[in-house]
Amino acid sequence: MDREQKMLLKEIMEYSFALVETALYLDTHPFDQKALSLHNDYSRKYHELVSIYQAKYGPLTNDRMSGCPWAYINGPWPWEIEFDMH
Amino acid sequence: MWIYEKKLQYPVKVYTTNPTLAQMIIEQFGGADGELSAGIRYLTQRWTMPTNQVKALLTDIGTEELAHWEIIGTIVWKLVKDAPIDQIKGTPFEAHYVNHGKSPYPHDASGVPWTAAFINSKGDPIADLHENMAAEQKARATYEWLINISDDPGVIDALRFLREREVVHFQRFGEALRIVQEEMDKKKYY
Repeated sequence: MDREQKMLLKEIMEYSFALVETALYLDTHPFDQKALSLHNDYSRKYHELVSIYQAKYGPLTNDRMSGCPWAYINGPWPWEIEFDMH
Repeated sequence: MWIYEKKLQYPVKVYTTNPTLAQMIIEQFGGADGELSAGIRYLTQRWTMPTNQVKALLTDIGTEELAHWEIIGTIVWKLVKDAPIDQIKGTPFEAHYVNHGKSPYPHDASGVPWTAAFINSKGDPIADLHENMAAEQKARATYEWLINISDDPGVIDALRFLREREVVHFQRFGEALRIVQEEMDKKKYY
């Protein structure tokens, strides 16, 4: 995985984590406008980045379209990625 | 229904090869207070939860725990994948190796296999949410002991992230308990 792909994946991972955090908070505070606004901003940005990533590098989930051959299987798989760079 | 997302929840960096540390960290892969127990516990308790907020919370935390289980498996794998046999012999990982090679396996640090007896689902939301709060504190304590014995800065970084999540989950389960208690009080039913 080259540097550019890894940077984009890490950015997606950051938004994805922020969404987990806002979702858990909203589960017990469903009327919190400020948290909802944060969640919705992160969601928009997350889906934008995922679209860019998938168009370039193939599906992150197996419900996405792919050219031939089926790009979902391409490595490295998450547990094989070297995250050493900053 | 679940769908796999081809990414880790947190970037796992491991700088050293250390089968002994791998064997200790496997406590959180298949031990009583580990991530597998957490995920199965919360996802199993959902059917008898009385309010939508708490059904959502158990679904989302249970799902996050499976992502943590993947992080732990990744730390263990990265600590052993390059180990030559000489670096495995004589370590606590040797007994694991003769049965599982370098694959992670859901047992605790001393080799006790994961069992459903590690968790409960009582069909009683007050009992279940108290169990979950205790489970998060026990997991937090385990992460602190693991951080104390770790000397790889990448491993410590990931363990600190996972420890923080236990604190957040404890907070959310406390709120869930209050929500369920208020709901029950409204129905004058206890």
